[in-house]
Amino acid sequence: MHIVACVKQTPKSDNVKIDPATGCLIRSGTESAMNPFDEFALEEAVTLKEQVGGKVSVITMGPPQAEAVLRDSIARGADEVFQLGDRAFAGSDTWSTSYALSKGIEKINSLSHVDLIICGKQTNDSDTGHIGPQISAWLNIPNAAFVKKVVRVNEKSMVVERLTEDGSEVVELTYPCVLSVVKEINKPRVRSVKGRLLAKRAPVTVWTADDVAADKTMLGINNCPTRVVKSFVPKREVNATVVEGANGKEKAAKLVELLKENKYI
Amino acid sequence: MDYAINEMEQEVLNTTRELAQKKLKPLRAEMDAKETFSKEMYEEYRKSGMFGLWLPEEYGGLGGGITCLAMAFEELSRACAGLALTPGTSALGAIPMFLAATKEQREKWCPDLASGKKLWAFALTEPEAGSDATALKTTALKDGDFYVVNGTKHFISTGKEADFYTVAVNTNPARGPRGISLLVIEKGTPGFSFGKKEEKMGIRSNPTYELIFENVRVPKENLLGSEGRGLLYLQETLDYSRPGVAAQAVGIAQGALDTTIPYLRTRKQFGQPIITFQALGHKVAELAAKTEAGRAMVYNLTHRMDTEFLPAVKNALANGTPVHDELKKLKGERWTKYSAEAKLFCSNVAMEVADECVTLCGGIAYMRDFPLEKYMRDAKITQIYEGTTHIQKNEILTALIKEYAAKGDEE
Repeated sequence: MHIVACVKQTPKSDNVKIDPATGCLIRSGTESAMNPFDEFALEEAVTLKEQVGGKVSVITMGPPQAEAVLRDSIARGADEVFQLGDRAFAGSDTWSTSYALSKGIEKINSLSHVDLIICGKQTNDSDTGHIGPQISAWLNIPNAAFVKKVVRVNEKSMVVERLTEDGSEVVELTYPCVLSVVKEINKPRVRSVKGRLLAKRAPVTVWTADDVAADKTMLGINNCPTRVVKSFVPKREVNATVVEGANGKEKAAKLVELLKENKYI
Repeated sequence: MDYAINEMEQEVLNTTRELAQKKLKPLRAEMDAKETFSKEMYEEYRKSGMFGLWLPEEYGGLGGGITCLAMAFEELSRACAGLALTPGTSALGAIPMFLAATKEQREKWCPDLASGKKLWAFALTEPEAGSDATALKTTALKDGDFYVVNGTKHFISTGKEADFYTVAVNTNPARGPRGISLLVIEKGTPGFSFGKKEEKMGIRSNPTYELIFENVRVPKENLLGSEGRGLLYLQETLDYSRPGVAAQAVGIAQGALDTTIPYLRTRKQFGQPIITFQALGHKVAELAAKTEAGRAMVYNLTHRMDTEFLPAVKNALANGTPVHDELKKLKGERWTKYSAEAKLFCSNVAMEVADECVTLCGGIAYMRDFPLEKYMRDAKITQIYEGTTHIQKNEILTALIKEYAAKGDEE
């Protein structure tokens, strides 16, 4: 089975600082790491490979420094890694990103047939959860989101259990298909010594938009349909009045006065 | 101080430290209390490659040496000396095999050993043969293509969980100690059963069992090396494995300090952090210095050992010969004295450090909720297994007498 895991480099979530003035994430100087949800995606891919054989390819879209997350993927058990690295991709929204990734996956598929694509359910920096389902839409193949368990791997299909708002459901998907997984699906392993050593020397294939035959009019900040008008943390307004008093009786009397004053009663 | 001298050793440290933080620490108290083997941790070790650190890449190992093994054992024991024994005892059980095995035996057993698919254990001790290994009574008498094994081993670490047991037997009781041989006996062989499970003071998450052999028919292909040379292989094994116990002891001492120092810095009595009382602070400094001395002793030795072990392994693979034979060709050092010195010193340091740390922290450290009393219970075993402290002194003394006798009486 050839499995492609999609990963993203995001700010390390255990040490994210917020600018108190603007309420925004401070990205400069923060350490980057693999999006935590993608760790579960990659672990599941590697576990499935160990169970049924095959190989795991990993793809990411990102700037040159995103190579680190691909090397980390090798340490975690991936066999081959691919980076979509081109200025044309910069600033893409989820629509453009999933389009680019789907083109990258098509290219991987042309090198070696892909059976399964696994994504984390969302990223820790933009939280949309769009990418997995959107990739399946671009590729026109089945998708299951919020997968918490792979129940069975058959020859032509797989059975998974996915979380729903009010419980879970078991669905069967034919290959090739896309899963996006939740953290309940596994416990990611500690990177092996051998993996860590391999990671430093493994080749990283970098592809431009042209390499994956992506339509540049669908990529990048100027071509994607989403417009970020403003990014802000909603202001939480608290208009509470604390009623002081020596005892409950006195406080209750004051509260009644206050309610009358404001014509609530 | 880190003693990693190459990238591989540094990554062994990085990996085992991450394993300790993420996997061992959340599990250790529960497994200690329950006194049960952790299959979950076994699986984690397997995935992170802890069983093949010292084995050649040709068999799926990392290609590291005795240093990699000792470093892993130190760092894992720093978090939990009991759970650390899953890869630790598998290496101990497999070292005699790896040293004495033929090319065919190595090819048969090493891949599953390196991947961790199969666990190994070491079975020497018997009810009446502890420090005196020559007194062992388990017999293995030849019957056609088989040895018929009868006897009992006890206090066997990772008992019942391990798949293969390297068992010291006597194949020629008439010759006494010169009849001692090593056999690999697989779990599930008819007549091989497990007796009492011991309840222990420390290293409780590693199961200790009695092994019972009743007319167990073991194929002669499972003999390691040649008949009657068991004691030689055992000594060679202990020379390589005792630095491992010493490393474990250093890990226990470091782990106890890791728990103690932050507590002493934050605990206030008489209006000040108690580490600022010089009587306590100076004690901590002494314990830290002794721990560092132990660590220096271990890695000085293992790095020297690797300068022979690694070439011998390489030659054994190239020539299709046993590692033991290649070691002999290299005419290297006898490590017995240095190994015994490291184990003697480090295990005493571990016990002293753990004991003093409990005293320094006081009442809280006596409670099971505080992760310190376990270090004191775990430290004790390092003074006992793979030869007690007294046996280490015997080894050192014997070596010294030989050394000085060879030099003659000149000053």
